[in-house]
Amino acid sequence: MKTNSIKSGKQNSGSVNITINGREYCFRIGNNFGEIKPSSTLAHTLRETLALTGTKISCDRGACGTCSVIMDGNPVLSCSILTAECDGSNILTIEGLIDPDTGALDPLQQAFIDHNAFQCGFCTPGIIMTVKALLNKNKNPDENEVMEALSGNFCRCISHYHVIRAVMSVIDDTKEQNE
Amino acid sequence: MNNSYKIIGKPLPRKDGKEIVTGAVNFLNDLKFGNLLFGKVLRSPFPHANIKNIDKTEAEKIPGVHAVLTWKDVPDWKGGTPRHVRVLDKKVRYAGDAAALIAAESEDIAEEAAEHIHVEYEELPAVYDVEEALKPGAPQLYDEFPSNILTPGTPIFGPECLYNINKGDIQKGFEEADYTAEGTFGYENIPNPVPPEPPGAIALWEDPDKVTLWVSNQAPYMDKITLFHVFNREVEVRTIGNPCGGSFGTKVVSWQIQAYATLLSRATGRPVKLIYSKEEHLSSFTLRPGSRMHARIGLKKDGSISAISGRWLVNTGYYSMTTQAQVAVGCGEIMIMSQCLNWDLKSTVVCTNRNASGCVRGFGGQELKSAFIPLLSLAMQQGGLDPFYVLKKNFVKPGQGYFWRDGKWYTYRGINFSNAMDKGAEVFGWKEKWKGWMKPSAESGPLKRGIGVGIHGNADIGEDSSEAYVKLLPDGTATLYLCVAEHGTGQRSNYIKMVAEVLNLPYEKVNITPPDSLINPFEFGPVGSRGTYAIGGAAINAAEDAKMKLFELFAKKLNTSPQNLATENGIVFVRGNTQKKLKWNKMGGDRTIIGYGRFEEDFTLSNCVMSFVEVEVDTETGKTDLIRVVNATDVGKIIDPPGLEGQLNGCLGSGGIDSALFEETVIDIKNGNMLNSNMTDYRWRTFSELPAMDNVIFETPAPSHQFHAIGVGEISTAPGPPAVLMAVSNAIGKWIHSYPVNPEKILRTIGMIH
Ligand code: FES
Ligand code: FES
Repeated sequence: MKTNSIKSGKQNSGSVNITINGREYCFRIGNNFGEIKPSSTLAHTLRETLALTGTKISCDRGACGTCSVIMDGNPVLSCSILTAECDGSNILTIEGLIDPDTGALDPLQQAFIDHNAFQCGFCTPGIIMTVKALLNKNKNPDENEVMEALSGNFCRCISHYHVIRAVMSVIDDTKEQNE
Repeated sequence: MNNSYKIIGKPLPRKDGKEIVTGAVNFLNDLKFGNLLFGKVLRSPFPHANIKNIDKTEAEKIPGVHAVLTWKDVPDWKGGTPRHVRVLDKKVRYAGDAAALIAAESEDIAEEAAEHIHVEYEELPAVYDVEEALKPGAPQLYDEFPSNILTPGTPIFGPECLYNINKGDIQKGFEEADYTAEGTFGYENIPNPVPPEPPGAIALWEDPDKVTLWVSNQAPYMDKITLFHVFNREVEVRTIGNPCGGSFGTKVVSWQIQAYATLLSRATGRPVKLIYSKEEHLSSFTLRPGSRMHARIGLKKDGSISAISGRWLVNTGYYSMTTQAQVAVGCGEIMIMSQCLNWDLKSTVVCTNRNASGCVRGFGGQELKSAFIPLLSLAMQQGGLDPFYVLKKNFVKPGQGYFWRDGKWYTYRGINFSNAMDKGAEVFGWKEKWKGWMKPSAESGPLKRGIGVGIHGNADIGEDSSEAYVKLLPDGTATLYLCVAEHGTGQRSNYIKMVAEVLNLPYEKVNITPPDSLINPFEFGPVGSRGTYAIGGAAINAAEDAKMKLFELFAKKLNTSPQNLATENGIVFVRGNTQKKLKWNKMGGDRTIIGYGRFEEDFTLSNCVMSFVEVEVDTETGKTDLIRVVNATDVGKIIDPPGLEGQLNGCLGSGGIDSALFEETVIDIKNGNMLNSNMTDYRWRTFSELPAMDNVIFETPAPSHQFHAIGVGEISTAPGPPAVLMAVSNAIGKWIHSYPVNPEKILRTIGMIH
C-alpha cells in the first residue's frame, strides 16, 4: 500500500537535505526566487528544479500511481508529498535505477524491454518504481502479490499482462540464480 | 505464405524501449524552453449562458501576468463541422466552456489571475438529453442550427458523405422476415478514454503570421492542416510531434488547446505552454459521442438479416468536429457486419449542453453497434438463433460489399474471417457454454454466469493518404522520413522493420525522423486502423523506390541491369554472382539517394475482431465480474507479435469493454457540472481486476501490400461492450437496455430494488 503521508512530519523551515539517486541536495524552502516553494511537491521539484523528468505526472492528486518514486525503501506518490517535508529522506527515481558506473540497466528495466511491457510508456516509470520497491522487500512475490502492489497504478493502454510477465521473469531469473 | 522474412513478424525490442524504461522519453511536458510562459483557461461554471461582461483589468495588473484574452481580443478563428465554434465566444455552452485565456510566468500566477477576472453571466436553460434537445421549445445552442441538429455529413468525405443508409426494398425485407423485433437501446454513458498524459500544447508565434506548435498528438501533420483552416487560412503552421502518452483517438484533434496556446503566444511574443489538469482533461476534453438507436429489424430463419430500419440519434455535446465523420464510418461499419439487402437507416447529430464529443477509438461503429447488436439480438431471441452463428454469417465475405464513408459502394476483396471466428469460439468454449437466450451459462446460488459475443470490422484500414521518403546513405544506413508520432502501438518501430525488410538491412541500421511537419511529407497519421496497411504501404513504397534508384546507379558500376541486382546489409551484388558486389559507400561520400512512396486510399479491405466474453453477476449485490475475454482476429501477417497482443488487450480500457461495465461520466443535470471528473471517482480497471484474456490470431495473407498485413488498429475496443450487455442480460434473464451495467441497474432489472 502506497502512502501519501510522510514519515515523521519533521519540517524544516529554512532548508531541507534530501538524497536523490545517491546525491545529496540541500534546498532552501521559501517564496523567494530560486527557493523551493513550501507548496512545491516532490514531483514538481524533481521535474522542474532537477530536470528529472523521468517521473511523470498524470493526475497530480494521488490517485493514479504514475508519479511513484521510492522514499526510504517505500513506494510513494511524489505528487502528494511536499518537498519541504522530505528532510533527511533518501529518494530513488527511475533515473537512479541505472548502474552509475557501468550504465547498465536494472534487470527489471531490461525485462520490461524484453517483454514489451509498455505501450505508450507514460505509466512505465511509476510501474517500474512500484515493482522495484516491492522486490526490495519481497524477493519472491507471487503474481497476486505483484498485482496487489500495482493496484494503484493506472495503465490505460492495458499493458498489465505484459508487465506481469516481465516482473515474473525477473523473479524467476533470481530464483534460478539462487538455486 | 512467405515465412522467409528476416525482420517482419519477429518480436524485436521497441526502438524507444530503453528511453521508456529509463524515463528518458520526452513527452510534451518534459520539454524545456527558456523564457516560457504558462497558459491557463478560465472556465464557465454554467452549462449555458451569455457573457454579459468581462472585466479583466484587475487580473492584468498582477505581476507576472502577460496576457488575458477574452472573446473581444481574439480573431474570428473557428473550428467544428461545419465551422461554427469560435475559439472564444460571447456565449458559453457547457459547464467548463472557455471564457478567458491567461498567460503568466508561473502556473500559480496564472491561477491567481483567473480568480481576478470578473465575468457577468446571463444564465440560459440547458438541455442534456438527445431527444429533449430535439423538442420544440428546447434550449437552442446555436442560432444557425434550429432544433440543435447539426448539418449532416462532413465535407472532407465528399458531397455524398454517408449518414443515411437506403438500399433495397425495406417493406419487402420485412415481409420476408421470419422474426421482426423493434426497440430502443442506448450507449450513452459517454466514457472518457482518459489517456494518462493530459492534453497539452506549446506554441511559439512569430510575427506576422507563423506559429510553431509542439504537440502531443496521434497525428501531428494533421494538426497543421486542421489549424490552418481554423486560423482562417492566414497562418503558416509548423507542428512538431512528440511521443504521445496515450491517445486512443482523443488526441487526433486537439485544435482548441492548440489554438489557445497560439493566441497566448501571439499576444505575448513568448513560448506558451498549456497543459490541462486531469480534472480539465476529464471535464473539458473530448468524450465519446452518445448513441441511441430505435430500430426495427427483420431476420430470417437461416440467420440472414432481411431488413434494418431505424433512427440513430447521436449526442455530440456542445459541438462537433468529427462526429459527422464518426457517423459516416459507423454507417459503413454496420453494413460490413450486416450483409442485409434492405435498409432504411437515418442518423441525426444533436448538440447538447455538455462537454463535446470527438474522435475516440471505435470511431462511430462502436457507438452504433453497442445499440444495434442488442436490437438484432431481440430478433435472434425470437427465433432462438445463436448469436455467434448469426454474427459470423452476416459479416462481409469476399465479393460482398458495403457503402463506405463517401457514400460509394465498395466490393470487398479481402480475407474471409470465418476461420478465425470459429477458432475463437472453440477456444472460448462457446458451443458448450451457450444455453440459449436469457439463460445463464452456469450458476451457483446467487452467482450467475452469462456469455456474449460482439463483432467489429473497419474498412478504414485503407483510408486517406500517406507519404514517406526513404534516404539511403553511403554508410549503409537508411532514414525513413515519416510524420508519425509514437502513441503506444509501437508503429514507429514497425515502419522501421518494414523498411529494413525491403532494403535487407539490419533493424539497427534504419532510423526514423522526428515527426516534424517541416521536414516530413504529408501524413494523415496512425488513426482509425490505417497504420499497418496505409502508412506501412507508403513506407514500403518509399523503400522500394529508393532501392530501385540505388540499383539504377549501381547497375552502371557493375555492368549489369538494375533488375539483376540485389542488396544485403549495405552491399549491392549481382544476383547469382555474389562476387560481383559493391558497398553502398560506392555511391560516393557526397551523395544520398531519396525514394518517395505514397499510399492512395483503398476502401475494399477491412479488418475484423470478434470478442467473446463471460461475466459473473452476483444477483444479491448486482456486482458484475468480467471472467474471461477471447478476441479472435485475422491480421493477414503479424508485423510485431507483442505489439499486436497489446493492441488486442487494449480492448478493456480506453472506453472499451469497461464502458459496458462501469465507466461513465456523470453530469449533474441541476447545474451541468461533471460529478466524477477526477481519477478517484472516474472508475478504471486496476491490476488486481484482470480477466483471463486470450487472443486468437490468424495470418491469412491479405491482398494489401507486399507483407500481406492489415493489422488490427483501433478496433479491439469495439466488439466488447455489446457482448458484455448480452452476457449480463443472459446471466440475469432479462435485457438491460443501457450502459453501463452497474449494480443498481441490475438489481432494478431483476426486481430486487424498485
Ligand atoms: S500523478 Fe501522482 S498519483 Fe497520479
Ligand atoms: S502503457 Fe500507456 S498507460 Fe500504460
